[in-house]
Amino acid sequence: MHALLNQSINLYAAFLLIVSFAMISQRRILSLVHLYTTQGVALVLATVTVAYLTSQPHLFYSAVITLALKVFLIPIMLHRVIDRLDVRWDIEPLINIPTTMLIGIVLVVFAFNLALPISQLSSSIARSTLGIALACVLLSFMMMIVRAKAIPQVIGFLAMENGLFFAATAATNGMPMIVELGIALDVLVGVLILGVFMFQIREQFDSLDIRHLERLREE
Amino acid sequence: MNVSTTGILAQSLEIALALAAAPLLLGWVDQWRARLQNRSAPPITQPYRVLRKLFHKESVVAGSASPLFRFTPYVMFGCMTLACAIVPTISTDLPLATAADAIALVGLFALARTFIALAAMDIGTAFGTMGARREMLIGFLAEPALLMALFCTSLITHSTSLANMVGTMSHRHYVLEPSLAFAGVAFTMVSLAENARVPVDNPATHLELTMIHEALILEYSGRHLAMMEWAASLKLFAYSCIGLALFFPWGIAEVDSPLAMLFAVPVLVFKLAIGGVLLALIETASAKMRIFRVPEFLATSFLLAVIGLLVHQLLES
Amino acid sequence: MIHIDWILVIVAGWLALGVWALFALHRTKFVARRLFPLGGVLGLALAGVALDALFSTAEVAELVIGLPGLPMHLRLDELSAFFLLVIGAGTFGTSMFSAGYFRAGEGTAPGLLCLEYHVFLAAMALVTLADDAYCFMVMWETMALSSFFLVTANHRVASVRQAAYLYLLLAHIGAIAVLLCFGVLQANTGDYTFANLRAQHLDAVWASIAFGFAVFGFGAKAGLVPVHVWLPEAHPAAPSPVSALLSAVMLKTAIYGLLRIGFDLLHGGLWWWGAVLLALGLISALVGVVFSTVQTEMKRLLAYSSIENIGLIVTGLGLALIFRSYGMGNLAALALSAALVHVLAHAFFKNLLFLGTGAVLHATGERNLGKLGGLMRSMPWVAWLVFVGVLAGAGLPPLAGFVSEWLLLQSFLFTTALPNSFLDMLIPLVAAAIALVVALAGYAMVKFFGVIFLGQPREEKLLRAHDAGLWQRIGLAWFAAGCLAMGLLPVPLIDIVDRVTQRLLGAGLAQTVHANGWLLLAPIGLERASYGPAVFLGGVSAGVLLGVLIARRLYRGTLRRADPWACGYVGINARMQDTAEGFGQPIRQIFEPFFRITREQPSPFDARPHYRVDVQDRLWHGLYLPIARLVDWLARAVGRLQQGRISTYLMYSFVTLVIMLLLVRR
Repeated sequence: MHALLNQSINLYAAFLLIVSFAMISQRRILSLVHLYTTQGVALVLATVTVAYLTSQPHLFYSAVITLALKVFLIPIMLHRVIDRLDVRWDIEPLINIPTTMLIGIVLVVFAFNLALPISQLSSSIARSTLGIALACVLLSFMMMIVRAKAIPQVIGFLAMENGLFFAATAATNGMPMIVELGIALDVLVGVLILGVFMFQIREQFDSLDIRHLERLREE
Repeated sequence: MNVSTTGILAQSLEIALALAAAPLLLGWVDQWRARLQNRSAPPITQPYRVLRKLFHKESVVAGSASPLFRFTPYVMFGCMTLACAIVPTISTDLPLATAADAIALVGLFALARTFIALAAMDIGTAFGTMGARREMLIGFLAEPALLMALFCTSLITHSTSLANMVGTMSHRHYVLEPSLAFAGVAFTMVSLAENARVPVDNPATHLELTMIHEALILEYSGRHLAMMEWAASLKLFAYSCIGLALFFPWGIAEVDSPLAMLFAVPVLVFKLAIGGVLLALIETASAKMRIFRVPEFLATSFLLAVIGLLVHQLLES
Repeated sequence: MIHIDWILVIVAGWLALGVWALFALHRTKFVARRLFPLGGVLGLALAGVALDALFSTAEVAELVIGLPGLPMHLRLDELSAFFLLVIGAGTFGTSMFSAGYFRAGEGTAPGLLCLEYHVFLAAMALVTLADDAYCFMVMWETMALSSFFLVTANHRVASVRQAAYLYLLLAHIGAIAVLLCFGVLQANTGDYTFANLRAQHLDAVWASIAFGFAVFGFGAKAGLVPVHVWLPEAHPAAPSPVSALLSAVMLKTAIYGLLRIGFDLLHGGLWWWGAVLLALGLISALVGVVFSTVQTEMKRLLAYSSIENIGLIVTGLGLALIFRSYGMGNLAALALSAALVHVLAHAFFKNLLFLGTGAVLHATGERNLGKLGGLMRSMPWVAWLVFVGVLAGAGLPPLAGFVSEWLLLQSFLFTTALPNSFLDMLIPLVAAAIALVVALAGYAMVKFFGVIFLGQPREEKLLRAHDAGLWQRIGLAWFAAGCLAMGLLPVPLIDIVDRVTQRLLGAGLAQTVHANGWLLLAPIGLERASYGPAVFLGGVSAGVLLGVLIARRLYRGTLRRADPWACGYVGINARMQDTAEGFGQPIRQIFEPFFRITREQPSPFDARPHYRVDVQDRLWHGLYLPIARLVDWLARAVGRLQQGRISTYLMYSFVTLVIMLLLVRR
């Protein structure tokens, strides 16, 4: 049973990576929110598994918080924002999708190489997944860079935080509760501010295309 | 190449099963598609009726057609029959499987694709050549994706011989390998593309500008068209069986246990039935993509398979 | 000593034929029907002797030509014998084809062409036999010069002259690099024989410098990116039999050079040499195949395809070097065997394809893919024989091209055992790239065959094209038979190649392969992987037979000829089918960063609207033109030394005199 649960963490890691790649290749913004939700579910399952295997009760609490925030609260907020702003498609990213995926593969190789010596130092049960978590972070960061609309950038930011959370769970058996709550609060505030920001952009330029922001610089 | 009588028995049984059951699988998928789309479903034996009707009809061939055009349907049929013979569907004791491993299987599909594309270019109509171009476009991305997905399993089983791969996979203790997840997703996407299913190509379309696979067989009629349709259903059967054999290998008979084949046949039918329903579900839930999005779709599957290989290197070795 | 003597006799025979042709300068029929076939027969004899020599011991000889005290040493070992086999087999088919190809009135006199051709062949044979650097360089130069003259056979066309000039330029830059490589290898001992070079043990830095020179020099001859730009110009400019020899045989002498220096004289070496070769080979393969799919001229398409195949061969060599540097002899033998099998397979199918284009050119006078089509009806012999070459070129089982691809992919599967983790992670990416290259090669081959031979003829005169004559058929059939034989009987092929790998690496596949019989190819073990092309072909044929039985016996249908269906459209003409540009358009779109595309699009206000798309190599504009401008600028700067005034020249002499006196005084 233990071995099965051990391997299931690897499976969640792989699932997280697949979802990160799927996010890069998506054009529909609603699909991005759904993918983010599934990432949250995978995270919750992984945290519960690690909590059970290492018998650390505070990870259960952390899993509950993650469930409430990332599977329910934040996706609901994003849905409402999308409905009010009425955005559906992000058709033209700054670099086209196949090139983005190729860069993604290079980032994955880089992350795997980087994580190899570090994962040998860790003593956690799921230390080999550190490389995957790092790759997820880098991929989400890249998604933030190449997207042309504001909402996919926000989702990229949130996915980056997902990757960090998974890295923490996998490598160090969870973070101290205080740090956990602090990060969660940060993310919440960040999303609120970005929401306000998006409304301002929309009011100013009548569109959520961030390339319009370039008009604000001094000529 | 040790050829035992049980081997020959298993081989012939497998070929006969494939030839007989492939149209049935197609009928099952069509039935479920109709049901999911709230239409009244055709009977499950409809493809057999279509084949019989076509065989009885006269074959009309363009005056400018070369012998290549007339020969291609038989080549397609031969290639797909060999493909079904190599893939371990009910048993891993297959003498022919030593002649062609996973790479040769991909090469076999490529051979069939080359012949059909050339036959489509033979008549020289606008639609035929357009179909040939699109088929080669799908092929040049699908072939490496398929090869890499098979390589993922080859790296785990340390072999490219299909019988060996299936045998090893069914005997491993239950291990959830992430690289297999990637390979599985990639394989599903490739088989959707290669078998001309939604979201890549609508097999029931009659608008020529949206056709890919249909455009290749526009000029065929009568027994040639029957051969082509049969070969297409054999291809779907082969792909489904490859997927089931590699990712769900339980229930397949081993070497020197011929009686286990009696058990393997119903297991295969059961697995194919579920697979068919899932295929119908995917087809109903997706919309067909624009032709310019298909390379992205296939590039995604290719890259997923490559990531599966990388994940194997990192996590599992 | 007998093999090497026979080979020297054959070489002398070729030279004699060339000289004889000088006395029959304008008698086309005599030169074509008598001298070329004789040369072909000599080539076949060479192949036979080489095959026999592969299974015997090494032999040496000395030719006392050249400078006094500096004779030419020659040596026939397994590596030389293998490449002599390639040369001989290629010569036979091409010479037979040329007998039916050359006509009167095409630029150079036929007698002169015959002389240059046979000097070229002799030089190539002696390059593979050379056992010291002096002989090697002399023969290398002779090869380059004679091939230059062959490429300018139609010297009245300006583009041909330009292409040949570019070829000569890059060939000489490569030759300088090879000369420098030999200079580094002899390590100040002054003795340039290969035996001495082999005995030197250079330290890592100097060995790497020598290897770098070798890769540059031989890469320029083989057509590795970025020194490949001469290939797509020179191969189409030459007459078709010459293009065939250049692509199929001459590029392989460069591979011979790489093998000789990398594996033999430098004893294998460091792992990163193999990684460099791997990277270069992969880039060349990708660039070559992507460019070949978008070409609109049939010989350029094949030239780029040659670049791709050389890239695959060099990838195999790189992998073999990597394995060897980690001491994995068996796996290195696997990779090297894949590369060598591809050398032989490519020689056959590329020859076949180029000679096919020669037959088409001979019959129709067109080389642009937009003016061909439907030739299968009027030229069935050429079409079906070229079809075998197309299937082999696409790497499809059960023909020759698939065996090497299969072996190469097998060697990638076993790289998980490498100690270096970075390489370990890169290898799956390389295997994926190889799979992509092979799939794209299939695309290019389908385009080549479909646009030329299938469909409707795009010009009226194509309906009256004549099929190949007897001589041409012999040449084409020889290569087609070779492709089939090599594909269906891989085990004897492995036996041949095994002799070379034993010499270079000390390991070989033959033992494990023989353990499984002659039908199956199982290089590592039967449970790992096996491939039996004869059974494969048997299986497909049995399926075809089954299909025919079901269709014709069970259901007795009839067949009727009518107009094409074409979805009910009437009035379709030949212009409505896909063009070469159209067929390559998806690749042009997907791989856009590879190309430099200039477009001229019509506007609504044009009185005579036209549309023009130019697809060019980025390297030409990015690398070569700036270098050319730099050289121009330097030349002009140096040219300022020539003022034209006498007093300045006298001052130069005076200054030189003063400096000399100062130096002598010390």
